[in-house]
Amino acid sequence: MIYKFFNLSKKNISIFLFFIASPLIKADWFALNMTRGSTDISNEVFELHMLIFWICVVIGVLVFGVMFYSMWAHTKKKNPVPAKFHENHKLEIAWTIIPFLILIAMAVPASKTLVKIYDDEAGDINIQVTGYQWKWQYNYLEDDVSFFSNLSTDLDEIYNLVPKGENYLQEVDEMVVIPAGKKVRFLITANDVIHSWWLPAFAIKQDAIPGFVNTAWTIVDKPGIYRGKCTELCGKNHGFMPIVVKVVEQSEYDDWVYGKKQESIKLAELTTKEWTTGELMERGEGIYQVNCVACHQTSGEGITGIFPALAGSDVVMNNKDRNIEILMEGVQGAAMNSFSYLSEVELAAVITYTRQSWGNAEKGDGEIVIPKDIVDYKEPKI
Amino acid sequence: MKKDAKKTLIKLVVAVPLMFAFGFALVPLYDVFCEVTGINGKVFQSEYSEDLITDDGRTIAIQFISTNNENMPWTFKPSEQVMKIETGKYHGATFYVKNTTNRKMTAQAVPSVAPSNAAAHLKKLECFCFEQQELMPGEEALLPVKLLVSNELPSNIKNIILSYTIFDITDYNDEVLAHHQMAAE
Amino acid sequence: MSAVIENHHDDHHHGPAKGITRWLYTTNHKDIGTLYLWFSFAMFLIGGAMAMVIRAELFQPGMQIVEPEFYNQMITLHGLIMIFGGVMPAFVGLANWLVPMMIGAPDMALPRMNNLSFWILPFAFFILLSSLFMEGGAPNFGWTFYAPLSTTYAPPSVTFFIFSVHIMGASSIMGSINVVVTIMNMRAPGVDLMKMPLFVWSWLITAYLLIAVMPVLAGAVTMMLMDIHFGTSFFNAAGGGDPVLFQHIFWFFGHPEVYIMILPAFGIVSHIIETFSRKQLFGYSSMVWAMLSIAILSFVVWAHHMFTVGLPLAAEIFFMWATMLIAVPTGVKVFNWVATMFRGSLTFETPMLFAISFVVLFTIGGLSGLMLAIVPADFQYHDTYFVVAHFHYVLVPGAIFSIMAAVYYWIPKWCGNMYDERLGKLHFWLSFIGVNVTFFPQHFIGLAGMPRRYPDYSLIFADWNMVSSVGAFLFGFSQLLFLFIVIKTVMGGKKATDQVWEGAKGLEWTVASPAPYHTFSTPPKVD
Repeated sequence: MIYKFFNLSKKNISIFLFFIASPLIKADWFALNMTRGSTDISNEVFELHMLIFWICVVIGVLVFGVMFYSMWAHTKKKNPVPAKFHENHKLEIAWTIIPFLILIAMAVPASKTLVKIYDDEAGDINIQVTGYQWKWQYNYLEDDVSFFSNLSTDLDEIYNLVPKGENYLQEVDEMVVIPAGKKVRFLITANDVIHSWWLPAFAIKQDAIPGFVNTAWTIVDKPGIYRGKCTELCGKNHGFMPIVVKVVEQSEYDDWVYGKKQESIKLAELTTKEWTTGELMERGEGIYQVNCVACHQTSGEGITGIFPALAGSDVVMNNKDRNIEILMEGVQGAAMNSFSYLSEVELAAVITYTRQSWGNAEKGDGEIVIPKDIVDYKEPKI
Repeated sequence: MKKDAKKTLIKLVVAVPLMFAFGFALVPLYDVFCEVTGINGKVFQSEYSEDLITDDGRTIAIQFISTNNENMPWTFKPSEQVMKIETGKYHGATFYVKNTTNRKMTAQAVPSVAPSNAAAHLKKLECFCFEQQELMPGEEALLPVKLLVSNELPSNIKNIILSYTIFDITDYNDEVLAHHQMAAE
Repeated sequence: MSAVIENHHDDHHHGPAKGITRWLYTTNHKDIGTLYLWFSFAMFLIGGAMAMVIRAELFQPGMQIVEPEFYNQMITLHGLIMIFGGVMPAFVGLANWLVPMMIGAPDMALPRMNNLSFWILPFAFFILLSSLFMEGGAPNFGWTFYAPLSTTYAPPSVTFFIFSVHIMGASSIMGSINVVVTIMNMRAPGVDLMKMPLFVWSWLITAYLLIAVMPVLAGAVTMMLMDIHFGTSFFNAAGGGDPVLFQHIFWFFGHPEVYIMILPAFGIVSHIIETFSRKQLFGYSSMVWAMLSIAILSFVVWAHHMFTVGLPLAAEIFFMWATMLIAVPTGVKVFNWVATMFRGSLTFETPMLFAISFVVLFTIGGLSGLMLAIVPADFQYHDTYFVVAHFHYVLVPGAIFSIMAAVYYWIPKWCGNMYDERLGKLHFWLSFIGVNVTFFPQHFIGLAGMPRRYPDYSLIFADWNMVSSVGAFLFGFSQLLFLFIVIKTVMGGKKATDQVWEGAKGLEWTVASPAPYHTFSTPPKVD
């Protein structure tokens, strides 16, 4: 078999070797050179970078070549009597003019690319990017979608307590989503100190300055996930506020925007709508019938010794916060599970129902719980 | 010391405070430079001018954006996000602002324009950013801007962003005041 | 020798006083030069220790040794100490030792001010370093201290930082005034401007740059001070100020500052290459003109540090072209050095090895600087390790190698003993390898996308960071060998001749080795 494998053809072996070597080649080059990126501009920038790089290499080789030659050929041993010359006007003029011409040859294409980068037309989509110590906020101006994007790498990974993941320090809890093939304009500003929004694959780096707006635009044709970083020292966690952009097809983008809008409409409804006790009671009764009645009974009396009574319970009557906590977290060691999978409205309604029924309202504080209380409970507490 | 040496010394000793002063002179120089070239998207108040008004203007879009600096708790947003305007005509716009706290606060809005080369062509007749805003607890207001985009706006610009960042300067004012009082005493 | 004879009958021309007062009260340019050099070496070791902390943290991804907050303090202090405490005082020390001897002057023009300008420096750095032990820690906003991170958001120690920058500035300004007055007025008859040694020329230009920009830096930190304590808003957007203005003012100082740290190196290297090529320097006058044009251009390129702050297109293009223009005079200098070596009669003593590696590695740093000038490409390089690699290439194997070369070259004249050539060569090779292993991979890390001032990084940067750290430890610890060599040379060794080097030219080689406490009390005759 092995013989056969080896004998099959040289082609197979070379394919095999190629498969082994290719990640190495790829990895090495990825870690050695600038990214080519995925936009026309980033490609142009890459070409420009390589052009200057090779010009510099050629200059270096020529200059150091002459120098190393004379270090080898003109030592005291080989050349005991030094030459006498100490000026040569033609040569000096030549090595002033020629570099000047080379510089122009570099600066002209660079200026052209720069003009393209500065071409300022409205984007199809405008996203306001705001730098915070130490996270980014994205605000889609046309669609009124807004969210924060935080580093999602676990602290345990940073402090070497668990192995580091593939995207260590390059992952966020919520990515920026943009559609492929559309002109997206970023309006970059900051909330506190100066940050800088860098996405190498788009060749965009713009400082985010409090009180000022800088713009940058891109058109990305290839869907994918692109990662970038903050590049202006902004305090303690400067190294821990990455940028992740997800480029998707237009239809997927539309779905995403729709989803985000629904989320925000829902949230707005929860937090701004003024709920009446009646509305909550009505909803709450239905939920109670489905979820609670099996244990706590329709009468709210529970079953003595097994399921506690809600009617006349001190927590239900007088301790709103603990009441919410029990429904969200459950009770350890008891049959009471967490009901956090219910929506904010459902939770608020069912709690209000228990607080208002069975004479609880008259005997206790009688307060109702509104959906905003549940939203507040879910907010991270710092 | 030789006489010549003394001369050199005096010249150099004079140069030092001059350069120190030059450092400070860069501040107004920079403002003048910005005003002339429109660098940095700064916009200054301008006088009403008949010369700027034309009828053969073109339609462009102004996009308003608002940012709350640091922990500024106020609600602050443009009444309209995008406004179609004609160059060479005065237009008005408003920003909605509400003090959502239960204390009296003072705010200062800071404007910025993008692209920066549009700033020189944006003339503000009136702007809430020229003064401080003091709002009582729960008070709300509509803040006006009156502006004109000159017809000389480069033709490739079809969209201007006018951004305001609102800063809480309540304590800041107190501090400055306290310093002034200290100086007066 | 005349100084020895005078010793017996003239109180004003006696040798050095004994004990600590010799150093506290000295107005002798050689003593003050020695003080500056030792001080800068101490700072070099302290700043270097901080670099070791930085590289140790970056040895592997993850946080191991320090917290990000302390890491930021380390990068800030490392930069400030190396620039203001390491490189600049070392060059002032060399100027003190060499400028009077090179132009045939008995001393600096303003000896008492010379004493003062040195002795305020230790206080400046005592204040700066003591901020490490203050509440809130040392300055943590980078050596460029951009507002508002350095004003509204700074730790309380920023006030002490400002005070210490003021003192450093005063010291530099006084030092520079002294150098200019000395060079302009105390040259021996016959030492015309266009006959001055290049080190003197380079320092004359440097001193003018310092007088022009150090007060601007003082102005910038004063504005910060007023913003922090007196309610002004130079850089505070809320009060009508502008954080970008800070950057303009800072870099108006900062870019000439870069050349302040490299021009004297040009002078030093020109002397050493000339000596060990045993051939007259190629293109003396073009060397002078090149330095002058670099100095003038340095005032109109500052915004190339700010290509990403949102400058208008026209400004970006202007600063790109102006910056690239600097490559022309810099190129002329490199070509001149190569032409000096060409068909010379070369030997490779330690100073020459440092000088040659200066030319090669400084040129690499210069070429990467050219790449950084290309605005579209700079959008990708800016604030990454590519920039870190670039400026360390011009500062470590640039400025610092030239200082080491100068020490090896002139130390026989200073203390009358030859250094140990074998140890010197060992020190050179360890430093040369260390510096390249440290900083060359940083080009890759930067291009691959690692921003600077990051205490932790993604896994793809791990390999080269480890290589870089190993190089840094090698470079760092080989400097202890340098300390040993210098002490050994001061204590004893083979006696140096007056000429010291076969090919050396210039007035400093006409006096005895070691140079007497007072030289050229009567001006020498120069044709």
